[in-house]
Amino acid sequence: MVTIKTGTHLPTRAGSLNGVIVPEQPGKNAIEVRGVRKVFGTGENQVAALDTVSVSIRENEFFTLLGPSGCGKTTLLRLIAGFDFPTAGEILLHGQDIAPLPPFKRPVNTVFQSYALFPHMTVAQNIGFGLEMLGKPKAEIEARVAQMLKLVKMEALKARRTSQISGGQQQRVALARALAPQPKVLLLDEPLSALDYKLRKEMQIELKRLQHETGITFIFVTHDQEEALTMSDRIAVMSAGKILQVGTPRDIYDRPAERFVADFIGETNFLPGTVVSKQAGVATVKFASSATISAGYPEGFDPTGEVTLVVRPEHADLVPDPAKGTIAGTLSNIVYFGTDTHYHVKLDGGGENFIVRHQNSRSSAVTYETGVKVGIQFEEDAARVLKD
Amino acid sequence: MAEPRVMDIKDQPGFRTIAIICLLVLYVPVLILMIFSLNSGSLVTHWEGVTLGWYGTAFLNEEFHAAARNTLIISVTATIVSTICATLAAIGMTRVKPWRGLAAAFMVINLPLMVPEIITAVATLSFFALIAGVFGLNFGIGNLILAHTVFCIPFAYMPIRARLEDMDLTLEYAAADLYATPWNAFRRITLPLLVPGIMSGAALAFIVSFDDFTITQLVAGPGQTTLPLYIWNQIRRPMTPEINAISTILLMVSILFVSVSFLIARRRAK
Repeated sequence: MVTIKTGTHLPTRAGSLNGVIVPEQPGKNAIEVRGVRKVFGTGENQVAALDTVSVSIRENEFFTLLGPSGCGKTTLLRLIAGFDFPTAGEILLHGQDIAPLPPFKRPVNTVFQSYALFPHMTVAQNIGFGLEMLGKPKAEIEARVAQMLKLVKMEALKARRTSQISGGQQQRVALARALAPQPKVLLLDEPLSALDYKLRKEMQIELKRLQHETGITFIFVTHDQEEALTMSDRIAVMSAGKILQVGTPRDIYDRPAERFVADFIGETNFLPGTVVSKQAGVATVKFASSATISAGYPEGFDPTGEVTLVVRPEHADLVPDPAKGTIAGTLSNIVYFGTDTHYHVKLDGGGENFIVRHQNSRSSAVTYETGVKVGIQFEEDAARVLKD
Repeated sequence: MAEPRVMDIKDQPGFRTIAIICLLVLYVPVLILMIFSLNSGSLVTHWEGVTLGWYGTAFLNEEFHAAARNTLIISVTATIVSTICATLAAIGMTRVKPWRGLAAAFMVINLPLMVPEIITAVATLSFFALIAGVFGLNFGIGNLILAHTVFCIPFAYMPIRARLEDMDLTLEYAAADLYATPWNAFRRITLPLLVPGIMSGAALAFIVSFDDFTITQLVAGPGQTTLPLYIWNQIRRPMTPEINAISTILLMVSILFVSVSFLIARRRAK
C-alpha cells in the first residue's frame, strides 16, 4: 500500500505548470555528470550498469537518485565517491573532473547502507577519523568532533564502541563521521533501509535538518518512492542504467514523463484511448465509450493513435449516476485504509480495475456498496498521455 | 518459535556409546601418560605412589634444557617469519584484482598441507645436502628454522586469510572515503582488525613447529636436538616416568597455545 502525502512541504522550485515549461533556476552546480557510462564484465558478459547518464546536481540541494534495485543508482553513487571508475564520461565537482581521482582525494564523503563504522574505535574516534587522515591539528579535531556529536545528539555516547550502540545511533554516528570533514557533497546510499518504520520517519526529518543546518549538497540513493518524495528538492528517476526524468517531487508525481515513472512513483491507473486531436501540449483522447477527455503530455512527445492515459487514484472521483461519469463501471471492491478508502471499479470496457482513492472524513456524503454501477469523473488536468 | 527439527544426530540409537568410545580411545592413553608422570616408581607400567619428583629430575636435566632451548629458538623464529609471510600472502591474495595464477598461487602456498610430510622431509634434507655439497653452505640451526618456517606458512595462512575474507570490505572503502591513503587504511583499519587472525595463525604455526618430528629428525644436525627428538631418543632407552613428565610439560604448552588460538578465534566471531 502506498500513501502519498500531498502538502505544502513539497518544494516547487522548477518544473512545468499546466504543460508550460518553467526554466530551472540557474544555481551553481555541485556535481555534473556528463555522458557517464559504466560497463561491467568483458566480452559477451558485458553489462552496462550505466548507459550514458548526464545529470547536474546543484549546490545545497537534496538530490535523490530513485529507482528499483539494479537500475544503476548505486553504481552512479560509487562513481561519484570514487570506489569505481567510469568506462566513459566525466564527473565534474565544481567544474573539476574528479572521475580519475581515487576516493581519498575527493572532497566527497559517503554514508554507507551498512554504516561501515570501524568496530575497533569509539564513536568519537570514528567521527574524528576523516579529519585525522586530513592531518588536522588535534585541537581542531577535538572541537569538530564535539560539534558533530552535538549535531547528531550523541554526546553522551562518545566513548562507546560502535558495537555497543543501537542501529539508529549507529546511523547518527555514520552521518556525523561523513559530515565531520565538511565535504562538498555528501553521498547517502540507502542509509535508512535498515531502520524500522518509526525510526526511519524520525531519521528522514533528521536528515533534512542536517542538510539544512550544514548547507551541504546531499545525494541520496533510495528505492523508496515515499522517502524520495518527502525529502528531496529534486529527484532523478532511474531505470535500467538510464535517467528517465529529473524534477521536483511534484513534477515527478504530477507530470511523469514516462509510463515507468508514473508506475514506479505512487499508484496509477492506466486507461487505453485514441488521440483525436492535439494542440499546445494538450491532446483530446477518446475512450471506447466515445467519451473524450483533455490530457496533457510531456514535451518532446508526439502522441498519435492508440495511447495509454495515466490517472492518479486521488485525481478521480466516483459519482452515483453512471451517466454523469466520463467512464463507468461496476464497483467490485472497497478497501478501507484508515486515512482513505480505495474503490476498485471494473470498467464497462473491460481491462484492469480502475482505482479511485477517497480521503476519509467524518461526513462522507455518499456511501457505496460493491456491485453497484458507478461513474468516474476526472479532475481537471488529471489525465496524461505518456510514452510507454 | 520452535524450529522444526529435521534430524538430530543425538537421537540416533548408539550415538552416545560411539561418542564415548571415541573419546576414551582418544584421551585415555594421554591420561595414563600424564598419571604415570606422577609415579614414584621408576617404571612407566607399574604404579607405586604419587610424587612430583620426575618433574624435578626433568627440570634439572641439562639435555632437556638444551632441547627446550633449541625448540624455542626454532619455533619462535619460524613462527614470526612464517606469520609475516602468511600475512603478506593473504593480503596479496584477497585484496587484489583477480589475476592469472591466483588459484595456482593458493595451491603452492598450501602444498605443504597436502604433500606427505616424509616427502617434504626427504626433499628438504636433499636440498640442504645439495647446497652444503655444491656451495659448502651450512646454516647450522638456520637449516631447521628455514625448514620449519616453510611448513608453518600454510598453517599461519589459513586463519589470516579466513579473517580477511570475513572482513567487511566496506570498512576499507569507508577509510578511503575518509581520506585514508591505501597505506593508512591498511595500518589503521585492516591491520587492527586482522590482529585476531594473525594471532591465531601464529599460535597454530608455533604449535606445528613446536612438535614437529619428521622433518626435524631428518634435517637436524648434531647438537640440534629438539624436544620431540629428545623424547624419541629417550624412549629407545629403558623408560622412566621422567619422559612422562617431559611429555606432560610439552602437552601443557601445546594445550596452552591451542586454547589461546581458539579463544582468539572465538572472540573474533563475536
